[in-house]
This record gives sequence, C-alpha cells and structure tokens, in this order.
Amino acid sequence: MKVGLFIPCYIDQFYPNVAIATLKLLEKVGCEVAYPLQQTCCGQPMANSGFEHLTGGCNENFVRNFADFDYIVSPSGSCTLHIKHHLHSTNEEAATGIRSRIYELTEFLTDVLNVTALDATFPYKVGLHQSCHGQRGLHLAQMSELVVSPPFSKPVQLLNLVNGIELIQLDRRDECCGFGGTFCVTEEAVSVKMGKDRVADHLRHGVNYITGVDVSCLMHMEGILKRANSAVKVKHIAEILTATL
Amino acid sequence: MNKQLILDHADAAVEFNKNEAKVDWHDETLWFVRTKRDRAVAQIPEWEQLREAASQIKNHVLSNMHDLLIQFEENAIRNGIKIHWAADGDEHNAIVLDIIKQAGATRMVKSKSMLTEECHLNKYLIDNGIEVIDSDLGERIVQMRNEPPSHIVLPAIHLTKAEVGETFHEHLGTDKGATDPQYLTEAARQHLRETFLTRKVALTGVNFAIAETGGFVVCTNEGNADMGAHLADVHIAAMGFEKIIPRAEHLGVFLRLLARSATGQPITTFSSHFHRPRPGQEMHIVIVDNGRSRQLGRPDFRNSLKCIRCAACLNTCPVYRRSGGFSYHSAVAGPIGSILAPNLDMKKNADLPFASTLCGSCSNVCPVKIDIHDQLYKWRQVLMREGYGPGSKTVAMKAMATVLESPRLYRMAGKVGRGVLRFAPITVENGLNPWYNQREMPEPPAESFHDWYVNHKKA
Repeated sequence: MKVGLFIPCYIDQFYPNVAIATLKLLEKVGCEVAYPLQQTCCGQPMANSGFEHLTGGCNENFVRNFADFDYIVSPSGSCTLHIKHHLHSTNEEAATGIRSRIYELTEFLTDVLNVTALDATFPYKVGLHQSCHGQRGLHLAQMSELVVSPPFSKPVQLLNLVNGIELIQLDRRDECCGFGGTFCVTEEAVSVKMGKDRVADHLRHGVNYITGVDVSCLMHMEGILKRANSAVKVKHIAEILTATL
Repeated sequence: MNKQLILDHADAAVEFNKNEAKVDWHDETLWFVRTKRDRAVAQIPEWEQLREAASQIKNHVLSNMHDLLIQFEENAIRNGIKIHWAADGDEHNAIVLDIIKQAGATRMVKSKSMLTEECHLNKYLIDNGIEVIDSDLGERIVQMRNEPPSHIVLPAIHLTKAEVGETFHEHLGTDKGATDPQYLTEAARQHLRETFLTRKVALTGVNFAIAETGGFVVCTNEGNADMGAHLADVHIAAMGFEKIIPRAEHLGVFLRLLARSATGQPITTFSSHFHRPRPGQEMHIVIVDNGRSRQLGRPDFRNSLKCIRCAACLNTCPVYRRSGGFSYHSAVAGPIGSILAPNLDMKKNADLPFASTLCGSCSNVCPVKIDIHDQLYKWRQVLMREGYGPGSKTVAMKAMATVLESPRLYRMAGKVGRGVLRFAPITVENGLNPWYNQREMPEPPAESFHDWYVNHKKA
C-alpha cells in the first residue's frame, strides 16, 4: 500500500513536528509512505475567499504530486475536505481518483487500517477540539445537531488507545473555534471572541492540552492561550498518538 | 471598498464586541435556545425522516411553483378571499395602503411578518399617514425603540430585561427601574388590548399557504395574530410566494418541525387556520415576489426558498451569537439571511456570505435541509467573480495563487516568511496585523517539514 503524505502548507512551514509525527505514525502502523517534494497548498485560502477560479494552478500541481498513490493521507480535516470537494484538473480522471482516495489521518487509521492498538502514552488531561470541516464535512464524529443519530467519534476512538490519557467532556462539544481561514483576520473581533470562548470551555475542565485534527484551529487557539500566558498547550492528535514517556 | 452608511458585518461586529459581557449574555441566551431545540428533537426518533420529508415537499413546491400558486389563488377566491399579486416590495406596500384607504382606516395593527420588514412596510405606511402598531411583544418593543428586529423569531433578543424596562418606562409609563417580566408584559398587554379593540384593519404574516384548500396558517405564541384578525373588519395576510405547500396533510410535517427547530417547543401555542372571511369581514392575501423568481432561477441558490423562517440557523450560528442581528444589516439576519440578501442586492450585501467560518452547523439544524454553508461558499464565488470584492483583495489573492501554485516560489516565500518572523518579528507583530492584535503568532521553526524530510529521509 503506497501512501502519499499530503502536508498542508502552513503545517509544512510552521508545524513541521506535526508532519513528522504523522509520518512516523503512518510508518508505525505499517504503511509505505512517501512525501512528494513538489507539493504546496490545496488552494483553500483562495477558494474560501471567493477566488476558486484562481486555484487551477494549485489543483494541477496537486494532481502532479499525488496521482500515483493508492491513498493520500493528510493531518488536516479541512484541507482534505477541500480536495475532496473541489479538486478538478485538465486530467479530470486523475482528479476524480484523488478525490475518492484522499483521507484525513484519523479516518484513515480507523476506517482503512482498522487500527485497534497503539503503543502510545500521554498521561495528561486532554480536551478534543472537533474541528468543523472534519466534523461536519468528513463526519469524523457524530454531530451535536443530529441529535438522534448514534454516537461515535473517530478521533476519540484513537485517543482512547493512548495509555494514561484523560479526555474531558466539553460543555459545547463541537462548536467552531472561529479560525475560519481568512475569516480569522477579516472578522477579527468575532474570530477572537469565538476562540476565547472555545479555549475557556477547555480551561473550565482543567485540561493540560487541547488537541484536534486540524492545526489551523489549534494555531488560532494557541495564539489566544499564549497571549493570556496560559500554561495549557496545543498538540495535534498525531503528536499524542505517537507520544511516549 | 464599499463606502456606505451602514457598517459592513465585520465593522458592526467590532462595535458589538466592545461590550464583552453583553456578547456573552447574547451568546448564552441563544445557545440556550439551541439546547432547547436539541432536547425537543431528541423526543422525535423520526426527526431526520421528517426533515427529509419536509425537504422533498419543498423541493416539489419549488419545481411546481406556478401551478401551485394558481391552484391556491383559485381556491382562495372561491372561499371569498381577495388575492393580490405584488412584483416587489413597493407594489406590496402600495396594495396594503390601498386596502387600508378603501376601508376608510388610518390605523392598522400588525402581527409578526418578516416580509413586511423586508418590504419596509411600516415606514411606507407612516410616511403615508397611517399609524401602525406591531402587536408581537418583541416587535412592539423594538418598534418603540425605532429599531428593526434583530432576530426573525425573537425580535428583541438583543435587549436585556433592564433595557426593556427602560423602554417601557419611557413609552408606557411603567415604573422606572422595573425589570419584572410579569409586570412589564402586563403593561404591554393592556396597551395592546386597546389597540386590538380599536383597529379596523389587521395585517398578519403567513407561515403556510395551502394550495389544495386556499387557506393559510399563521403560527404565533402570543395569539396576537388571532386577536388582531378576529377583531378587525379587514384582515390582510402578506406572504412571500414560497410559503405555498401543496396539501393540508403536509402541515403534519411542517408544524412538527417549525416550533421544535425555532424554540424547542413541540408546537407554537397558536397554529391558526384561516380559510375564509367571517360574515361581514374582508380578507385579502398579498402574494409577493420581490426577487424570489430571480432566486428560483439560480440553480445554486433556489433551495434557499425552502426556508420556513424557524431561525434555528441563527441560534446555532457561532458568528451570529457573537455579532448580533444588526450586524447583518438586512431584514433576515444570520446564515439564512446571508444567502438570501445577496439576491436582493449584491453590492450592498457582498459582505454577508463572508460573515461565516463555514462551520456547517446551520445546514445541520435546518429543518428543510437547505445547504446553507455550501451556498455561502458559492455566493462568495459569485460575488468575487462579479467584482463586488475590494480591488486590493483581488490583487492579494492573485499574488497568493501565483506563489502557492509554484513549488519553488512557495518554498522561497516560506523560508523568507519564517526568517522574518524569527529575526524581525516586529514587522509582523504590530498593530497593523489583525492576527497579532489579540493573538500571538506561531513560533516559526528553523526548518520546514520539506527540508527536514529531504535531510532525514532522502539520505
């Protein structure tokens, strides 16, 4: 099984440790992983700003990098969702193939690899931030609005395999953190207020760490935590699933 | 950039957020309504099937709009109701004024109708010498304050008890500083009772118009629509044409969904069925287009017309709860308003589809399954393509696309960007950077993952 590792641009540039953890995790569970070196960005920053018509170049580059893999896996629900919904190409057959073979990391581990054991230890109180695009776009967990559907959560299923971890329950388990791409700067007031409120929910429950499947949300909440001089830190779920004492 | 008198959403949100305690209160009040909705939904195991049924009935309506409206008109006329067709808000207002004048009245009582807000009926009537009193308690409160409703179901949700007390003190002479809801409501009740008894003309909205019977249903919790309509000699009902449903039996689907989605009640206190005028009474229905035909003709946006105005999307929207209804500068606020308003005026409402993180919660609570967040995304594309974005944004986006589609430029820009952050943070960490205003920047690593991979894996 050949897995192409898709590392979103801001993770590549600002959070290489998340990418390294993702790579190690995939190799640990037996995947043959390659990181195509010419990859850049999924195009979402332009598309969500109303400029999807400028994403052709990113799309073609993505197809060039990832057409030949059995699976494409990424530590980001948001970028995965964007590719799944909006990747088109002059080679549409290749684009269609990629759209059907791309997975967010946790769903790949639970649904494709059926991972049931992980040799990881993380003895801390952790709050899970359910990032919206993974949650409501990729259905990584039961959504709070769909009250009558059966409960499940792919990230929680994996976190429960980690030794020593204590997952807390939030008051609002899947409310948006307010990152929202360019929304975080164009609507700074609401974005920050949403972030502060999300962070406060975690702090109320005494977490040591906030985790999630999307670094963008975590980066936003990290910025707020740091500004408040909080001791609470953020970690992408891949970092926790590979943590050892 | 649009220079206009009304603030765009982001600027209005900055104003709203200056009082953080009030924002918290607004957020928690509406979140409470959302949790009530969740509890009500949990009582109905077949909730998702109900949503699907409602969605399909409404899809059928959108595809058969012409025939259903004609059928409705025929049956209503047979019942003795007068039907008026209005192409836009101005025509609607003129028709209503004409009916009032024909009745020889100078005053009218009105129950809740978001359509009349959309058409700015109150201002038009007042300018033409007609006094209008809104009889829904929330609407009466905002009317006294000369404000529009900030929410389509809870018009005065932006006000605290203390603010209502002040307003009543000023307009109804209640005791200064009084905040007891029972006392204040009683004062409004007495004031409105006099209004109900003395008005010859009453206007109501329409929640559902039934093609099969020519009748219509009005849902309220206060009974104010009934009180107005039953005491008046002339009953005017104003409806957007999308309110039509094919058959009376479909009410069994929509009435179960509406109040549960709106406020978490099993059903509105009053679901009043009007079929014909009582002896001696006149009954009019004004059927309004006002851009709805245009929206019906937009494949990506037509199903926004399925909306039954429950406001579940407002209550669940994390942005609405923290920016307030007025930030949407449109009769219908929140996510649904943001996909309806650009159809009415793209230039004026170009900011609204961007007042969202695209979190998707709105689409999940929608009882008629409108793909609201996908339509927000699609409106963004339409608005930018048609040139309603600021020129600076287009330039920035083109530059960004040029960098991100080229692996070489991307890596170079990344390296420079990280370098700047590491060695000259002041160029980014300053008041001009809206990220840095209330958040720290991420700590830039010396090495990108790409470089780490090349160094560690290729060897």
